[in-house]
Amino acid sequence: MILAEHLTKTYGTKTAVDDLSFTVRPGQVTGFLGPNGAGKSTTMRMILGLDAPTSGVVTVAGRPYREHPEPLKVVGALLEARAIHTSRSAYNHLLALATTHGISAARVHQVIDQVGLTEVAGKRAGGFSLGMGQRLGIATALLADPDTLLLDEPVNGLDPEGIRWIRGLLRGFAAEGRTVLVSSHLMSEMALTAEHVLVLGRGRLLADLPMSELLAQAASDVVLVRTPHADELARALVGIGATVSRTEVDALEVTGPTAGRIGDLACDLRLSVHGLVAKHVSLEEAFMDMTRADVEFHARAGPVPGSDGSTAPASAGNAA
Amino acid sequence: MSAPDARAVPSDEVTLPRQRSVLPGAPAPAARPVAQPRPAVPSHPVTARRVLASEWVKFRSLRSTAWTLLSAVLLMIGIGWLAGWGSNDSWADLSPQEQATFSPVDITLAGFYLAQLAVSVLGVLLVTGEYATGMVRATFAAVPRRLPVLWAKAVLFAGVSFLSMLAAAAVSFAGGQQLLDEHGIGIHDAGVVRGIVGVAGYLAAVAVLAVALGFVLRSTAGGVATMCGLLLVAPTLGLLLPKSWQHLLPYLPSNAGAAVFSAHPSADSLGAVAGSVTLGLWLLAALLAAAWTLSRRDV
Repeated sequence: MILAEHLTKTYGTKTAVDDLSFTVRPGQVTGFLGPNGAGKSTTMRMILGLDAPTSGVVTVAGRPYREHPEPLKVVGALLEARAIHTSRSAYNHLLALATTHGISAARVHQVIDQVGLTEVAGKRAGGFSLGMGQRLGIATALLADPDTLLLDEPVNGLDPEGIRWIRGLLRGFAAEGRTVLVSSHLMSEMALTAEHVLVLGRGRLLADLPMSELLAQAASDVVLVRTPHADELARALVGIGATVSRTEVDALEVTGPTAGRIGDLACDLRLSVHGLVAKHVSLEEAFMDMTRADVEFHARAGPVPGSDGSTAPASAGNAA
Repeated sequence: MSAPDARAVPSDEVTLPRQRSVLPGAPAPAARPVAQPRPAVPSHPVTARRVLASEWVKFRSLRSTAWTLLSAVLLMIGIGWLAGWGSNDSWADLSPQEQATFSPVDITLAGFYLAQLAVSVLGVLLVTGEYATGMVRATFAAVPRRLPVLWAKAVLFAGVSFLSMLAAAAVSFAGGQQLLDEHGIGIHDAGVVRGIVGVAGYLAAVAVLAVALGFVLRSTAGGVATMCGLLLVAPTLGLLLPKSWQHLLPYLPSNAGAAVFSAHPSADSLGAVAGSVTLGLWLLAALLAAAWTLSRRDV
């Protein structure tokens, strides 16, 4: 269990993480989703105590990471940038880290076998490909068989087989009741791996909800309606439970009912419709919308009227 | 394995063979089902002793470390022997006064002057090499309290430097005295043991200074340049300072060190005890600065 409360990190005038509060629960894979620069890596470094929060606290299993007597047993981490001395062999790298916790050389060999680096274990890590470096990073994370896995962009550089292996590993970990937090900037990858998702944009938490809900949100297609009777039609649509936003004087964006249902309703009310287009929203688009709304919110001086993108996810966060 | 089927995930992906716990490319036999209860991996709390052991693994597993240390040893011995042989060869050219103040110990330990450079480079690199490669994040993820890493690196490298330089100084002295022939002295003569142990102790102090500076500056170039400036440039450049400032020069680490191990230190040198204390204060200040920056700055 990872618990973050009002985490904020500023570098000079730049705010990398802005009042972030969330809980990562055991027993499921939690995805940390956001575009590059959203603050995912900074947050992960703060969880590990590598960066100190400007304000706020984050605990793992009830205490700050640094206060655990056997930290590697609590969290196994793969950080985005390589954390390996390039001139040292993979085996000695792992052995040095294992030695801090009195972990045996046999276990070192075991994780090397597990990630498939047996044949190159004695070679210097500087010569490793991106994928091999990633495997070594994963071996490092698995070393003490931790209760929490913290993986920053673990599929980077892995081939499809490796990516599937990672997914299986993460699910297996979660199924054993352990905590898994995995970051990605790829919505599609998250959809395949995570059961719960934290969406980050510009250092702020945009959404904290089960993956299934995020998928449902994304899957509900939007219908664009063009009508000179926008007011009346919008009222009627809200009446049947649709979500309506007015994009132009004569244009509505409707979520909920199908295009056919909207057309029928307009016909019943004898309201003329000039355009009716169903738009499929892909996962990536839903994700982009979510984060773009946040960017706009920041770019303008004050709160934007009707900027649902920044308020709706916050309520979802409370519910989750 | 309780498969988390309830999730809204494209179905072709959910059924992928997640039983494989071994990355493809690994030898197959190690494959074991992920969800079976794993045998516990025995581990123990992080202690100063374990961090020291870990630093030893790191130290011995870099080839550059061995080469740099070897170069310090060879410089110590090589220059000592060369100086012994040269002094004997040109003995007749020395003035009677020079002959009177000639120190057979000092001359065969002259290699310390370049050995301290190799020790400085290695000490700085032990730290900045980790910052440059990103290894430091793995190190501090394993030891998030951080300070044990500083103490371990300092103690380890001080110990390694002391022992290797003690051996090198002894070999340098013994061989150098042979080359000095009738001008040579024995191990039991006055100031010899103090010279050999003292020079090893001074180089151990240099080692600690270099490690501490590495943590403060986090840059190889900056660290090495600062060590050179402090040990080699400052004592020479200091002579250009106004007379009223020159009384500070004996307190530089190199001069304080010379006061400890040199049989014939310069006229304004501190005594051996004052020199040791001064050197100790330098180490204390450097370690405190390193500890302070290490615990306050982000990794």
